[in-house]
Amino acid sequence: MNANFAVDVLRARLPEPWANLIVTVLGIGILVGFISLNTMFLIWVERKVCAHFQARLGPMRVGFHGLLQPVADAVKLLLKEGIRPRASDGFAYFLAPLLPLIASFLVLAVLPFSRTLQAVDLDAGVVYISAVSGLGVLGVLMGGWASNSKYSLLGSMRSGAQLFSYELSLIISLLLVVMSSGTGSLQGVVASQTGPFWDWWAFKLPGAGGMALLLFLVSSTAELNRGPLDLSEAESELTGGFHTEYTGMTFALFFLAEYINLFTVSALGATFFLGGYLPLQFGIPGLDPLLALIPGPCWLWGKAYFLIFLFMWFRWTFPRLRIDHLLALEWKFLLPLSLGNLFFGATLIALGWLLP
Amino acid sequence: MLLDLNSDPRTSLPPGFSPGAVLADGTQEFFLNMGPQHPSTHGVLKMVLRLDGETVLEVVPHLGFIHRAIEKMGENETYVQYIHLTDRMDYLSSHINNLCVCLCIEKAVGMGVPERGEYIRVMVSELQRIQSHLLWWGAFGLDLGAVTAFLYGFKEREKITGLFEELCGARLTMNFFRPGGSVSDVPDSFIPKTLEIIEAMKFNLDEFDTLVTRNPIMRERTVGVGVLSREKAVSFGCTGPVARASGLNFDVRKHDAYSAYDRFEFDVPIGRNGDCFDRYLVRMEEMRQSLRILEQAARSFPGGQYRSKEKPVIKLPAGSHFASVETARGMNCTYFVSDGGVKPYRVKSRSPGYSNLSALNEMARGCKIADIVAILSTLDLIIPDIDR
Repeated sequence: MNANFAVDVLRARLPEPWANLIVTVLGIGILVGFISLNTMFLIWVERKVCAHFQARLGPMRVGFHGLLQPVADAVKLLLKEGIRPRASDGFAYFLAPLLPLIASFLVLAVLPFSRTLQAVDLDAGVVYISAVSGLGVLGVLMGGWASNSKYSLLGSMRSGAQLFSYELSLIISLLLVVMSSGTGSLQGVVASQTGPFWDWWAFKLPGAGGMALLLFLVSSTAELNRGPLDLSEAESELTGGFHTEYTGMTFALFFLAEYINLFTVSALGATFFLGGYLPLQFGIPGLDPLLALIPGPCWLWGKAYFLIFLFMWFRWTFPRLRIDHLLALEWKFLLPLSLGNLFFGATLIALGWLLP
Repeated sequence: MLLDLNSDPRTSLPPGFSPGAVLADGTQEFFLNMGPQHPSTHGVLKMVLRLDGETVLEVVPHLGFIHRAIEKMGENETYVQYIHLTDRMDYLSSHINNLCVCLCIEKAVGMGVPERGEYIRVMVSELQRIQSHLLWWGAFGLDLGAVTAFLYGFKEREKITGLFEELCGARLTMNFFRPGGSVSDVPDSFIPKTLEIIEAMKFNLDEFDTLVTRNPIMRERTVGVGVLSREKAVSFGCTGPVARASGLNFDVRKHDAYSAYDRFEFDVPIGRNGDCFDRYLVRMEEMRQSLRILEQAARSFPGGQYRSKEKPVIKLPAGSHFASVETARGMNCTYFVSDGGVKPYRVKSRSPGYSNLSALNEMARGCKIADIVAILSTLDLIIPDIDR
């Protein structure tokens, strides 16, 4: 509401191109600022969640319950000497950490935080997401290759095979939502879920929607390189995988991209399956207007953090898969399952068997 | 000799590898150095892997990074002084290593141990076995990527470590047994605390099963991986859980019962397939059997003397003397050659880890890099024990 008002005021006072420029620059600034702060918080959340799963406290010293620990870590990483292995390819070595970071920011551009708070609303938003997120793989492959180390190479080749395969079932699970909502624009996808919570796509298509959400969660765990599918890092096997040879800030960029991606993917999951920025509605007359008072970005943030918690739960519970099992899981199980689910969902839509 | 790991396997090989045929499909093998500073080798073991992509063709372990010549040092110490060196060998079975030396000395000079002393020895040994297996269980989880298991294992291990600290003041290189018994009597809190640990462990072992044993990913990673046949286990001299998982029914506690082990009822778990999963199950069952022994011992814990009369100077009769015990990893032996003096003429220890490690290449051939980590973890190696 407020953002809308500010934009209207700008548009009324300034010539059209200037107003657009200012709005875009402000938008990018707010987005980058918010995401950076959010990533810091996310790292703290991961450490705390992991610690409590493991019957310990986690960071407690810096700030209230260790809230400032990520700041201290960031300062430490910034001050560290950047070491480049002598045999590495300098240009590709330093370019590689930037690509995943750029990719994760580019995906955020189409993410609607509210009806007006969105950098760009593309009609083919889903296509854009799938295209841009592929850029991150390039960074991982490049980093592993440029490091000129055997561990890095093994790690990056693993992640190449892993990310390209899992992208398939990820996109197919999103396709179901695109098909049911009839639009590729993320704003449109959210708008199609207006109503009580059983109108969200996770619930509205009986069975198919929930299955698609599950497939989305599994394949995005692989896309995010998070345990139990963190094969390209695989600390106990490959020491660090593709970022074995990275230190200081170059390592921090990979790390940062990983956590921005975690938020982005969870926010996408919330947008596609859990109603995005729309408030949780139960269909109860007294309660619903109260819940609707909470602004949209907060709802999106909360839903994303719910999914993030699930991702953390996976990571800190399961052992890691082996590379051949991982690929067999995708090609022999998840891909046929997601295709079957897509057909099942299509049949439901064609027959009109949706929840009222 | 420096290793050239970038050498072309067609022309020159790093030391230890057998000359092999060039891969048929025109791709090239390569060598990967794992360790001595690698997260999964648990110490300073170094392995050189010969790889075809992710598939392991051959493994050559390199030892000696932590060799301290403990046996040579033993020749310059008296027999009782040598005991404290042995808890630096297999540091997760310090008490049991000490016990082996004590048994050897007692056998040689004909020294008896009072009933209470024997019970203390059995109980402390079994607590030590559980403690060691708990650490193994945690590290196994860590190697497979389940970090949470590591902390759960350590949390329980801590209780036993605390009990040992009360016993002898040390937490890692514990030194409690002496020829004829132990250095001191157990504190009054020993039996109640042991009973507490037994109760807690019964619950924890079920919890561990829920977290790791019944996990389908863990089964995928271990079932059928790193198979060691019974014949190979015998020919490599494997002992302990590694050999028992391969179907070899051999446990020193049962078949050459020392101390008071013949007075307690317990089973020796035997595996069938000799894969990583069997080795895992054997160790989990061993913890339950150790709890059984502890329960029986705690219930009938006798009073009286904890140590027979001390001898100011111990001299072993000239000749050779031998004793063996079952540590958490397998058969540990002490061999003294004495010339009748206060110091041994020659000392030799047999460590279970060394023989178990020699089976690594046999098990690892044809598996993936990730399997090497699982195999190493279920071998449960302690590098200072191998290098001594």
